[in-house]
Amino acid sequence: MSPQAKSWKEIPLGGACWKSSTEYKTGDWRSYKPIWNTEKCTRCIFCHIYCPEGAIKHDAETNDMVFDYDFCKGCGICSNECPATAIEMVLEGKE
Amino acid sequence: MAKVEQKTVPLNGDAAVAYAAKQCDVDVVAAYPITPQTIIVEKFSEYVADGEVDTAFVCVESEHTAMTCSITASATGARTFTATASAGLALMHEMLGVASGCRAPIVMAIANRALSAPINIHCDHSDSMAERDMGWIQIYAENSQEAYDSLIQAFKIAENLDVMLPTMVGLDGFVLSHTLENVNVLPDEAVKKFVGIRQVPQVMNHEGKLVPFKLDPENPLTIGPLDLHDYYFEHKRQQEEAMRNALDVIKEVHDEYAEQSGRSYGNGLVEAYRLDDAEIAVVCIGSTAGTVKTVVDELRENGIKAGLLRIRSFRPLPVKDIVSNLSGKKAITVLDRACSFGGNGGPLFHEIRHAVYDLSDRPKLVNRIYGLGGRDMPPDLIDGIYKELQTIAKTGQIKDTVQFIGLRE
Amino acid sequence: MKRLSEWKFTSKEFAQIPEKFASGHRACAGCGPAIVLRLVMKATRGPTIATNATGCMEVVSTIYPYTAWNIPWIHTAFETAAANASGIESALKILKKKGRIKDEHVDVVAFAGDGGTFDIGFQALSGAVERGHDFLYVLYDNEAYMNTGIQRSGGTPHGAATTTSPAGKVIQGKAEHKKPIADIMVAHEMPYVATANIAYWKDLVVKARKGMEVNGPAFLHTFAPCPRGWRSETEKTVEIARLAVETCVFPLWEAEYGEYKLSPQSKVIALKPDRKKPVEIYLKTQRRFKHLFKPENKHILEKIQSEVDRRWQKLLKACEIA
Repeated sequence: MSPQAKSWKEIPLGGACWKSSTEYKTGDWRSYKPIWNTEKCTRCIFCHIYCPEGAIKHDAETNDMVFDYDFCKGCGICSNECPATAIEMVLEGKE
Repeated sequence: MAKVEQKTVPLNGDAAVAYAAKQCDVDVVAAYPITPQTIIVEKFSEYVADGEVDTAFVCVESEHTAMTCSITASATGARTFTATASAGLALMHEMLGVASGCRAPIVMAIANRALSAPINIHCDHSDSMAERDMGWIQIYAENSQEAYDSLIQAFKIAENLDVMLPTMVGLDGFVLSHTLENVNVLPDEAVKKFVGIRQVPQVMNHEGKLVPFKLDPENPLTIGPLDLHDYYFEHKRQQEEAMRNALDVIKEVHDEYAEQSGRSYGNGLVEAYRLDDAEIAVVCIGSTAGTVKTVVDELRENGIKAGLLRIRSFRPLPVKDIVSNLSGKKAITVLDRACSFGGNGGPLFHEIRHAVYDLSDRPKLVNRIYGLGGRDMPPDLIDGIYKELQTIAKTGQIKDTVQFIGLRE
Repeated sequence: MKRLSEWKFTSKEFAQIPEKFASGHRACAGCGPAIVLRLVMKATRGPTIATNATGCMEVVSTIYPYTAWNIPWIHTAFETAAANASGIESALKILKKKGRIKDEHVDVVAFAGDGGTFDIGFQALSGAVERGHDFLYVLYDNEAYMNTGIQRSGGTPHGAATTTSPAGKVIQGKAEHKKPIADIMVAHEMPYVATANIAYWKDLVVKARKGMEVNGPAFLHTFAPCPRGWRSETEKTVEIARLAVETCVFPLWEAEYGEYKLSPQSKVIALKPDRKKPVEIYLKTQRRFKHLFKPENKHILEKIQSEVDRRWQKLLKACEIA
């Protein structure tokens, strides 16, 4: 779980954090994976807004919803909230 | 020895501490009143109301919040000062550890007072002794002059980049805090120059940048994380290292200040009084040392080789200085103004005993607990202690290692 | 009565705002409070310093040496969110005055759960508000001490099963009612108090921004379901939050210096009472209320409904709508 452990002389004083959480990929937590359907999607952006992980981004140029599977925990909120049924939760490995 | 011109002001210990804080360009004071510290916060409020200081004075709703505000204000880069005593210090206990762990160089004055219950507003050292493991530097003053001098030095010690530890300065409640003394104060400019502007060390942040160790929107930093078993131990070791560094820093700052003021207190860590050729000695902390010095002088007039070792820095414990000063002495009484219930003596006794343990010629040591809840310690009782020491030195026999002095048995 | 913040944005613009509460935090899947933090951190308007009380959000976001915070952040203890903010705000004020730091406004935001707000943190909150510090206090209410294992808090609703108020043979869940924390804060006569809900994200975000804009203390009570502690489906977190508003369990309103104003989502229900859903629909979604559906506990269900109705009527009266 922890990165290669450093000695007390090497770490910053006062417990200041020196790694971003984005280096910790929580994507391997999930059992179900959200699969996005670009045709059905109305680009309402709810999925981006409601994702607790911030793992769904809207690409302003392509107007696509981009799912970051490095961090998606498979909670299913995006799929449940999507008004266009454009997101389907599929068992990991069975997509 | 360069000296700055000082003026003599009649101040009680609390007022002297407030005066020192006023001169040190403190940014934030978050404090809650408690006897016998109240004069410190009251005096400081007057300075603020009169525009004599540029300080944010936060009248917090409890001591716990006082320490919390001090920690986060310090983390934001402010020089912070607060004061408390007794139950207030006890209430802050949780946050004292946080202050030390977050390496916040807070300076706090403690008007040493007994802990409850029963509630007692008078002097003893149980309040700060109970905090000796919390990672704070502890310096104890013998008189109000020293309280003034030590408060100023405390900022420089705490903020030293090799230390970065919160520091408390103890002055005996009522005995010093409320008693008028002629205090020699340095000119404002001299103090301001001495303490300087607070410096902040650099640390690596989560963006891989070296940034100042403070809360600064330009350089995001996370302070106060959750440690699991893989890193907590290492963080604590860092605090211990800082304490060890403090031994030298306390001496250096003391000497630098002595150049300005012309006043010194031993070497800054301990003060040896007529100890060189002494055969019997007392070890103690705080204002009682003053009374002991008077008794020592009388004994010396009568040809008795008596001496005193006053501990000024209790944390970090100056083991080397204790050992070198007590080596070769025949019999020693350690006076404790606090009792570690069920611990076979008081905290100072435990520490002195362990410090000299490795000496091949270690002196006979006894512990006399005195003055709890403000019980007076007059010269005749101290005289009795030295008489007892003479007997111990002669016979080599100790009747009671731990005893209470001044108690109605 | 002042209007809501003038900040206008489209969803797509909102989506482009950088995440100051980053991915990779260790919250449970479907965590309501994580949504609160993400959204509030998107509502910042400039330099911001945040602080958390000990609790779920503090723990999941700062497991050393990792941190999910892209702004300066500090944590000290459990009862100290508001005290932390007080210290930061005081230091900023004075350092700016002394010219030691940049002369720009820095918003201070304190986050705490219901544990760190209703109970152990209440003293610091009340004191900070009385002193008038300029900060926004965001309460993420998941109705129990979740981080230590779902123990009851002053914010746990009547009848809910928690690990220290379990549904047993003799006692059926928490006997006491939920402390009306937001109303208590209104009684402080503070500049801004509001309730918000993750299901109504735009309302939440605008209220957070308004809280930051207010000159003085602001309190935002956000409703944040916890699938783990409420024993609900992870995908239904937002849906359950929505039901809380639709059943008037958690109405949406604001109060500036004690003057109540119902928010549109709750006002619609006030004006069309047939839209108010029975509380059972909300309770059925969470297994922490499962025991209430046993025939012998019908009276508790009725009590819950009547309490919800009473508080709703009281709120309408305060908003001068009843």
